[in-house]
Amino acid sequence: MAELAQRPFPPGDYPVVVVGSGPGGLQASYFLKRLGIEHALISADPAPGGMFRRFPFFQRLLSWTKPYAPVPRDNRFYEWYDWNSLLADEADARAIMPTLMDGTSSFPSRPEMEANLAAFVERAGLRVRYECRWEATRREGDCFVLSTTDGEYRCQVAIFAVGIAEPYKPDTPGFDLIAHYADTRAAESYAGKRLFIVGKENSGFELATGLLQWAQRIVLASPRPAKLSVNTHSLLGVRARYVQPFEDQNLGGGVFILNASIDRIERAAGGGFRVLCLRSDGGAELSVDADEVIAATGFQCPLRDLQQIGVAVFGRSNLPAMTNYWESATVPGIYFAGTIGQGVAGMKKYGQPANSGAVHGARYNARTMVYHVATTHFGVELPRPEVKPDALVDLLLTEATRAPELWNQKSYLARAFSLDAGQGIRDEGIVPLAQFVDEEGGAAVAIAVETDDTGDIHPAVYVREAGRPAIESLLASNPLHDFRSTENRAQLSSLLSGASAGAIR
Amino acid sequence: MAMTQQELVDMLSSLTLFADLTRPQLEQVAHKMTEESFPVGQRILRQGFTGTGFYVILDGEVAVKIDGEERAKLAKGDFFGEMSILLGEPPVADIVTLRQLHALHLGGPELEGFLRDHPQVMYRMLKTIALRLRNASRWRS
Repeated sequence: MAELAQRPFPPGDYPVVVVGSGPGGLQASYFLKRLGIEHALISADPAPGGMFRRFPFFQRLLSWTKPYAPVPRDNRFYEWYDWNSLLADEADARAIMPTLMDGTSSFPSRPEMEANLAAFVERAGLRVRYECRWEATRREGDCFVLSTTDGEYRCQVAIFAVGIAEPYKPDTPGFDLIAHYADTRAAESYAGKRLFIVGKENSGFELATGLLQWAQRIVLASPRPAKLSVNTHSLLGVRARYVQPFEDQNLGGGVFILNASIDRIERAAGGGFRVLCLRSDGGAELSVDADEVIAATGFQCPLRDLQQIGVAVFGRSNLPAMTNYWESATVPGIYFAGTIGQGVAGMKKYGQPANSGAVHGARYNARTMVYHVATTHFGVELPRPEVKPDALVDLLLTEATRAPELWNQKSYLARAFSLDAGQGIRDEGIVPLAQFVDEEGGAAVAIAVETDDTGDIHPAVYVREAGRPAIESLLASNPLHDFRSTENRAQLSSLLSGASAGAIR
Repeated sequence: MAMTQQELVDMLSSLTLFADLTRPQLEQVAHKMTEESFPVGQRILRQGFTGTGFYVILDGEVAVKIDGEERAKLAKGDFFGEMSILLGEPPVADIVTLRQLHALHLGGPELEGFLRDHPQVMYRMLKTIALRLRNASRWRS
């Protein structure tokens, strides 16, 4: 009992409970703490890190941290060059990742990332009740009650940052016989094996790349052709770090990348497996024998019994249906942080998703979500600094050129300013773009960074007149991504002259 | 709603747009398109905005609005967004969620390749567009 009493956040009543000690839970807890909102942070794990305590298996992360950037590390704009550090206002708690890398790559290794998150907890002074597993949920009046292995937590607002962490396998016959990506063993145990990987997303190609020098033959199969990030102009698709298997296939080097659906998987008579496929082009049958079959078919949200209290979910990943502020669309007061945030599609212009599934997107979502929770549930008033009229155009274009929020969450997060004739121009901070363009409010302007179908990156300005939907205008791009041109200044000034007339004058 | 892979493929096979596809083709469609969810009141297509996508409704309901005036409602099996992509112009209408929407999404730049890969879907889409055109002509006459 003495040991239990020393752990932080014993069961009881808290305004907010945050579940999960991965990047999402830690970042949400950090900003709650900064705003002085009392909360409990609980986690089933024995230490911080979330998914980075296990994944990725091979090599390194897919997100960069560039130690040598054009801006110093204590500058906000450095966050664009460091996708893996969590956000903090204190100098010693920010930009931790580059201090822990050994210089062999701009992509940190998994252990380096885990150390980065552990260092953040320590330096930001976060407290976590580890090995406290959330098991069930119920409603009592206006409160949520979270039953855990340590007892019951009552709260007004619950933030779940539990990852998309539960291995998912399709219900196709035979998948119960095979391993999931999460069960991958040490690389050398695949020496000389005929390997069949179901799935052509990054996890499938991570395994293929990591096992190239061990397996005798590697087949990757899924119904649709693999996408490559260099072609989609986004992080959608197989990342450049994992394209080696494509080259091996093209050279006839023992890698086969098939467009086929899996009809069923059976045990083969002489050991191993027989995978029966139907080719996507014409439906011809194809049978492939393999010693090992791994389902790199993704993960689901471990939402436990949240559906029973009314949380609507959708899709194969069991994602919660959410508002633009990552609140359950059906149970107000339940929020989500971390990689689950990718369930909020946002504008998705030209089909390009935001980076909400990665730390460099989710950290900004978490901050925006916490600010929303603070103002709507706890009456916190955030500072809304006044901006001088003659500074607005330059501020907007500087944000478009350098703001990490806008660059990491293109067409998804925007920097907004209200243009009220009485209050003048006010900085409204970072907002979800879909929320800004659809809500009816006073006169305002927001700027975002967007990529079109040709790969051109440019600023987009959304000007809203009082009580009317926002109007989109695209500004000119620049070969060096500096959008502060005379042409853009003139266009922006002209756009602002109507809606903002009262505030600008 | 959450669905297994097989349930999603079964549902796609019941939609008119995909009625002519074989099971492997339906599986490919399920992998090419992504599932998305939108809360009530959100615009999915926005009049005058660039970079829109193509959507097929799996569950829920949306309103088609032009300059704020409701012109039609769309529900399960209906699709939207194709006109803007085919013409390369921003949408002339808003699509606004009336009931929590669960839809399949395809990015605009992928639609042409998708329709060329699945001409049966292109034919079904053409029939629907022809019907819309006929109905629009009737209203005018």
